[in-house]
Amino acid sequence: MVIEASTREKPSFAVIDAIVHKHNVEAGAVIPVLQEIQETYGYVPPVAIQRIAENMNVPASEVFGIVTFYAQFRLQPLGKNLIKVCHGTACHLCGTETVAERLSQVTGAREGETSQDGMFTVERVACLGCCSLAPCIMVNGETYGRLTPEAIDKIVNEIRKKEAKEIPAPVG
Amino acid sequence: MSWARDKSWLIKVGLASCGIAAGGRKVYDAFSTQFGDRGLDVKLKQTGCMGMCYNEVLVEVSSPEKERIFYGKVTPEKVERIINEHIIGGKPVTEWVIPDEEINSFLAKQTRIVLRNCGIIDPESIDDYLAADGYQAIDKILRSMSPQEVISEVTNSGLRGRGGAGFPTGIKWGFARKSANRQKYIICNADEGDPGAFMDRSVLESDPHSVIEGILIAGYAVGASEGYIYVRAEYPLAIQRLEIAIAQSREAGFIGESILGYNFDFDIKIRQGAGAFVCGEETALIMSIEGRRGMPRFRPPFPAQSGLWGKPTTINNVETLANVPWIILHGADAYNTYGTEKSKGTKVFALAGKVARGGLIEVPMGITLREIVFNIGGGTSTGLEFKAIQIGGPSGGVIPASLADTRVDYESVTETGAIMGSGGLIVMDETSCMLDIAKFFLNFTQAESCGKCTFCRVGTLRMLEILQRITEGNGKEGDIELLEELAQNVKRASLCGLGQTAPNPVLTTVKYFRDEYEAHIYEKKCPAKKCPALITYEIIPEKCPGCGLCTKYCPTGAISGEKKKPYVIDNEKCIRCGLCMKVCRLDAVSVY
Ligand SMILES: Cc1cc2nc3c(=O)[nH]c(=O)nc-3n(C[C@H](O)[C@H](O)[C@H](O)COP(=O)(O)O)c2cc1C
Ligand code: FES
Repeated sequence: MVIEASTREKPSFAVIDAIVHKHNVEAGAVIPVLQEIQETYGYVPPVAIQRIAENMNVPASEVFGIVTFYAQFRLQPLGKNLIKVCHGTACHLCGTETVAERLSQVTGAREGETSQDGMFTVERVACLGCCSLAPCIMVNGETYGRLTPEAIDKIVNEIRKKEAKEIPAPVG
Repeated sequence: MSWARDKSWLIKVGLASCGIAAGGRKVYDAFSTQFGDRGLDVKLKQTGCMGMCYNEVLVEVSSPEKERIFYGKVTPEKVERIINEHIIGGKPVTEWVIPDEEINSFLAKQTRIVLRNCGIIDPESIDDYLAADGYQAIDKILRSMSPQEVISEVTNSGLRGRGGAGFPTGIKWGFARKSANRQKYIICNADEGDPGAFMDRSVLESDPHSVIEGILIAGYAVGASEGYIYVRAEYPLAIQRLEIAIAQSREAGFIGESILGYNFDFDIKIRQGAGAFVCGEETALIMSIEGRRGMPRFRPPFPAQSGLWGKPTTINNVETLANVPWIILHGADAYNTYGTEKSKGTKVFALAGKVARGGLIEVPMGITLREIVFNIGGGTSTGLEFKAIQIGGPSGGVIPASLADTRVDYESVTETGAIMGSGGLIVMDETSCMLDIAKFFLNFTQAESCGKCTFCRVGTLRMLEILQRITEGNGKEGDIELLEELAQNVKRASLCGLGQTAPNPVLTTVKYFRDEYEAHIYEKKCPAKKCPALITYEIIPEKCPGCGLCTKYCPTGAISGEKKKPYVIDNEKCIRCGLCMKVCRLDAVSVY
């Protein structure tokens, strides 16, 4: 399964090398390697690009070119919760814009950004494949459909409540 | 496989992505807990997409006498009553049952070949698939058919590629068969790029084995020994179920060496796409599997001659392959009785947008758009007038309501200026702005252009800028003509299908809704009241009780007023996001 939230670990050569060796038996393994790196860290750390290039014997520029070509890869660390907002055709017609506007208000993150408190990263995606329940968003791998601005409030509040339970809120 | 003959109650919960998004797992767990706690002897199963996505969460209850009842929009809270009244008491909870008439009108015009097992079997059980004639087709061809006979059968069925281009599948296989190279590949294209379509996802989530069997048959026919399934990374559940299915199939001896004891070896691997629409194009897809940036290249050579790692490669869409086992088992003649002269069989569509009954449907080719929208889809979801239907996604076009009697086959759809595409069908009502939709798709293709061809990279951007200008109220005379001219150039000067078809949404909307373009340009009006720069929101004083709810949602603080008195919107501050209108429970916000 895809790990959606950052594991907050520091990138280590040992982990990166293990991932490379796991896939490198196959030809054309750069993309699966990058995918697993991102699964592990929530993003592709710049040191990983250099390390993969050295290990797999491809120029670092080529690895970087792949990272920037494919929308899936990100070069910035993730917030604690990843929210993907569907901007597919059905969702667009059924009012994603209003839902997205509300989402950025309550999370404090516009699309493509991470909120200041590091709690939310909001991304836009092309289609989540749940078009008949438009508009849809995906929160940490789970899809929510038939959304309204009120439903967004509820979803975000629930996440905040859960997070508050896990880590005591800082005083002040 | 004995549940079908068991004398006990059977409950199925639809757990494809749409069902899960609507809360299906919680419903499933609620049933499971209740049965466990109360010691009831009821069989509980998960299944895939039942098609009626608008009614998710869907639950099917079959009595020991095999009487089947469907419940729609089930929540965990409804579970106890269903158990008490229906299973224990013997009386269905009628107010939650989907009426027979509704199911009949949704299904009457449909024919299920590709979706034959969807919503019926458990996608994670190979036994279920085997009980539904699964892997009989691969058994049949290994036992009794030569590769050439398989190709002839598929050719005679009239099956054409369902990924969009509609190339005859049997002929494609024939090309690859002829290549002398010993190493050949099959690729199943599950990249499903159309942002508003979910046919391939649903098939993979609901009946993954049928696609695997289709790949095996294709492999045998062309003489390949390795296959890749290239799936979008955005479809985690489809990937997970495919992995399960491949492992089961390998265990049962359908994948691997000497399959079923015959001289046929085949292995299947999954590759995840990484979020690039252009990688649905076959040469770009191959580049992506090879671990490079997915940039289409010139054809010829076609993949059938030189594809993955320079070896002959056959690329087929998920739906194309899911048809194949059925064709082998039932024969080409059974398949080609469906459809029109040049478009045989059925087509799966993802029906969505402003339609009352959206979902996954499969219809015989030749059905009219009107029958799909009204008979199957039940008209618009809003009750407003049906305005147009978008077919074929970013490469397709918009067909107006006046042409609703257009038949759905490759030739008739192409005649309108749209294309059949892979199966996205988006219904639009009078609140959908045609410039907005054209802009939406162009925005998409513009962003997804790989950048190789100048016209596709820059031409689409210029077109987008013109559209943007028009929708912002700065359109001028000659803009429409300029758009048309640019569109022709982009089509002519692009290497791959992305650029060649990117202007279609613009061209079809200009063709059928020119008056709407003119209203934006000359009257600075958006007739559908969608384009922010051309509309104004206002609170109707007579309807506003001053509850203040809208002020809570307004992102710019544009609404003010005193409690219990009508509020007002400050036009200068208003960004036309429409949130106030959406949250007002009394329809006190109007737009003009
Ligand atoms: C820009 C572009 C995107 C495409 N996306 C897809 C896709 O998502 N799925 C698909 O099956 N075919 C897609 N195709 C078509 C494929 O290139 C190819 O024709 C198809 O996979 C062949 O399979 P078929 O003959 O079974 O249809 C796309 C083509 C283009 C030009
Ligand atoms: S358009 Fe949003 S899920 Fe498909």
